[in-house]
Amino acid sequence: MAKRIRKGIGARVAGFLHDWSIPRQIAGESVMSTAARSRTSETLRPRLEEADRVGTGICPFCAVGCGQLIYAKQGRPIHVEGDPRSPVNQGTLCPKGAGTLGMLLSPERVSTVLYRAPRATEWEVKPLDWAMERIAQRTKRARDETFAETLPDGRRVNHTLGLGSLGGATMDNEENYLIKKLFGGGLGMLNIENQARI
Amino acid sequence: MALWDLANSDCILVMGSNMAENHPVGFRFVVEAQRRGATVIHVDPRFTRTSALADLYAPIRAGSDIAFLGGIIRHILENDLWFRDFALAYTNIAHIIADGYAGPDEADGLFSGFDRESGSYSHDTWQYAGKTVPSPVSEHRVKMQESSKDGDFESMSEGPPPTDPTLQHPNCVYQILRRHYARYTPEMVERVTGCPRETFLKVADALARNSGRERTGAICYAVGWTHHSVGVQIIRAASIVQGLLGNVGRPGGGIMALRGHVSIQGSTDIPTLYNMLPTYLPQPNVFHDHATLADYLNVETPATGWWANMPKYVVSLLKAWYGEAATAANDWCYPFLPKLTGDLSQEPMTLAMASGVMRGQFVLGQNPLVGAVNADFVERGLGKLEWLVVRDFAMTETANFWQKGRLIARGELRPEEIETEVFFLPAAMPGEKDGSVTNTSRLVQWHDKVCEAPGDSRSDLWFIYHLGKRLKQLYADSAETRDGPIQALTWDYPEHGAQREPEAEAVLREINGYRVATGEQVPSYKELKDDGSTACGGWMYCGIYPKAGHNVARSRVPDGPDGPGSHLGWAFAWPSNRRTLYNRASADPEGRPWSQAKRMIWWDEASERWTGLDVPDFVETKRPDYRPDWSQRPHGMDALGGDDPFIMEADGKSQLFVPSGLKDGPLPTHYEPIESPVDNPLYRRQINPTAQIWEQDGNRLNPHGDPRFPYVFTTYRLTELHCGGVPTRVMPHTAELQPEAFVEVSPELAEELGIRHLGWTVLSSLRGEIEVKAMVTERLRPLRIDGRIVHQVGMPWVFGREGYARGAVANVLLAITGDANTSIHTTKAVTCGLRPGRIATGARR
Repeated sequence: MAKRIRKGIGARVAGFLHDWSIPRQIAGESVMSTAARSRTSETLRPRLEEADRVGTGICPFCAVGCGQLIYAKQGRPIHVEGDPRSPVNQGTLCPKGAGTLGMLLSPERVSTVLYRAPRATEWEVKPLDWAMERIAQRTKRARDETFAETLPDGRRVNHTLGLGSLGGATMDNEENYLIKKLFGGGLGMLNIENQARI
Repeated sequence: MALWDLANSDCILVMGSNMAENHPVGFRFVVEAQRRGATVIHVDPRFTRTSALADLYAPIRAGSDIAFLGGIIRHILENDLWFRDFALAYTNIAHIIADGYAGPDEADGLFSGFDRESGSYSHDTWQYAGKTVPSPVSEHRVKMQESSKDGDFESMSEGPPPTDPTLQHPNCVYQILRRHYARYTPEMVERVTGCPRETFLKVADALARNSGRERTGAICYAVGWTHHSVGVQIIRAASIVQGLLGNVGRPGGGIMALRGHVSIQGSTDIPTLYNMLPTYLPQPNVFHDHATLADYLNVETPATGWWANMPKYVVSLLKAWYGEAATAANDWCYPFLPKLTGDLSQEPMTLAMASGVMRGQFVLGQNPLVGAVNADFVERGLGKLEWLVVRDFAMTETANFWQKGRLIARGELRPEEIETEVFFLPAAMPGEKDGSVTNTSRLVQWHDKVCEAPGDSRSDLWFIYHLGKRLKQLYADSAETRDGPIQALTWDYPEHGAQREPEAEAVLREINGYRVATGEQVPSYKELKDDGSTACGGWMYCGIYPKAGHNVARSRVPDGPDGPGSHLGWAFAWPSNRRTLYNRASADPEGRPWSQAKRMIWWDEASERWTGLDVPDFVETKRPDYRPDWSQRPHGMDALGGDDPFIMEADGKSQLFVPSGLKDGPLPTHYEPIESPVDNPLYRRQINPTAQIWEQDGNRLNPHGDPRFPYVFTTYRLTELHCGGVPTRVMPHTAELQPEAFVEVSPELAEELGIRHLGWTVLSSLRGEIEVKAMVTERLRPLRIDGRIVHQVGMPWVFGREGYARGAVANVLLAITGDANTSIHTTKAVTCGLRPGRIATGARR
């Protein structure tokens, strides 16, 4: 930019005339291609060229199930667009789906484990392994203390009402299956619910 | 029906949904149908972009849907506009109901069988004469009174239910329907809903005109129908309309549930829900005859229809969960399954938190402080937990309630007083993990892992798998019988990479099912057995992984422009990859398409099988003229004729009248919302007598007629902001497009109250108060209800205090209540107060 300002007036006029698209449009060139060309545009390359990986995504918002193509470079997403092959959306996306990349790369994203001790006023960052072990221990203790094998009249229930799980509609089928299997089939939890009922 | 099949409709009624704004890409098929000549109708309390694109817009009062749909049913019957050949053959319109039946038209707003003490119904008098009809719904018996005849489904194998094809019998369904809906006249529709009768009649005419052999219509709804105390019955009313008009199982016909989350269908099928085991098997209940596996199967398995196969699915599930430990001698570990003692859905769960019964809570990708009703009550409940685990990808209102919640802001609680131990675990997002999701038309689509999740973010599969591994280790040495289930649970999934990510496809293979002896995949649920030789985690999904290396959910071959348009090569639709359920109804009783224009499947005499454009939802080789041999007491599918398309029902007929399975009556009936400014003009009974009410401190209902709460309050989403809101409120583009909360107020009400556009207002109910800026707009109109003006106020519920786009949480105003059948809360029609100004500063702090 600074370099261009130092150019002589003649060079600047010539440059402007070269970049000015209106005469080319009047001459009948397409505004979608050649008439849109400028010196700047000639140096632009689609960011997709930089992708080293592309995969099929499904839009994570509503249940229409639009296909997406997710492009990544060195393990980081660089572009998300509608999958033109999908008979659901044929390449289109709504404002939410079109903003998916902004969600993945949101500056608000939290990527460390946060822990709040009882009565604490602030979060503290903790190692994932520590949190997993503590959650497992707390789960076991709550289950063991609340598990009922029978009702007072002797009828068998084999359940705990002291543990609950909320959520599932934003997740994959495989995840839901393991939640129901572990919490319900393994631990005897019954309070398992998700967004389907709300 | 498939979403894209909407393009084949001749008339589309969108009601209880703002489809153009909330399912925009699905709406393109509505627009496509309109371009081909279809009539598009929008019935809604608010004029939205769906209304703007519709050919016909009908305003109604929030919560009056059954009065409107009941009027349509009456219009169809009294003007003889129904598709007689279809409905007479394929629905129970000619069935004769038991002698003791009485409807609310003759019984003071109640059906026969109501027990005032328990507030619930017995369904004895709703049965087909001489029969006990099993319900295809797994949750039907949670609250239903026990009946002496429960489990006697053998009566269905003794002969067909009694019918009167001349429709003259006073207790045949046709005559009951006519009596029931006689009072739902156009005048009454106008009185209850506020929709001018001329507009109502245009809607009814358009629906009737666009049905029959040559034409079909579809109805699209969303949570605008489910979030009521009569939600199930609103949808039932739509199914009566569609049954009468012949719009089920046919191209362009059906009822499209527009669901809100990416895999909300999948999480219903493979349920993270309290009352079901995977793919619609009932969770055992201690108050039913479920003590042993034999008892459970005996009382839950219908003798006739497809569900007679239930034992195969139950045993295969137990085998998938408990592996080698499950043997015939120990009832395949059936005793391991926890037994229900009552309703443990989200609302009772919230009450359990508040009362201290709940000790620890996992919240996985959900945000109840924004999405659940009565947010202050929920917040108090969270503060009574011993511990809380939140998994999400950005901070949520739920996770930091102890620091920034409304009670903290108001000074009612201090963080130092809250004992709850809180874990926030960052979650991997789509694109950062692989797996399958199921869309709103049962289409199961696989998605790939393309990039790495940042830092300690992990998939929920990783979390639950590794939590399970740790728990199995902690319980490994236990000798307690109560720890048997976790010890026996099969939990061997291959791990990959440095993070030891479990293999999602291995889980899908288990859901699909395999042969226990060889480990090879089961190709179809027809091959599942009840002898322990097969294992299957979800029978309806069987076929999604039919052989090694073949994940059908990955399939990506759409039909070309000249193809049949069912896109059978694109992903997998359960069951058996069929795209339209009950598609046997697309052919007439003789097996021929009702018309060339509306053909889907048909009987091919030469090959002696059903064939066509979709996978037939029928026994492939069952002839149209097959009739059960009743002398042989036929069971299962043998008891259904070749012209009985509704194979999940015990007699193969669509149920216009429901003998079993509904807790609030066999026919939809207009009751007022639990909170309403209006006296029920149709019956002396004001509200659904079986609605779930949990009144207690902190959860009071606005009294009927209370002048402090004169307005109807309704909530909705925005195109740009999704549900609990965090994913889209932290997304820069969408947050910029919808930067802050607002309440929509009509110009008339604004003038009456002195509210200015963009001025502050305070909304109130007995649950709480919020302040929010006014959007004065003609999108909401005052309605004349039963002779007086009723104002409606609407507000998006997607805002909260986290993210870039912030604002008041609308659900603060709502009460914890439940639909009689599903316990779904009411968010679409409550009452509220409204005034200009702000909440006093002291209180705001």
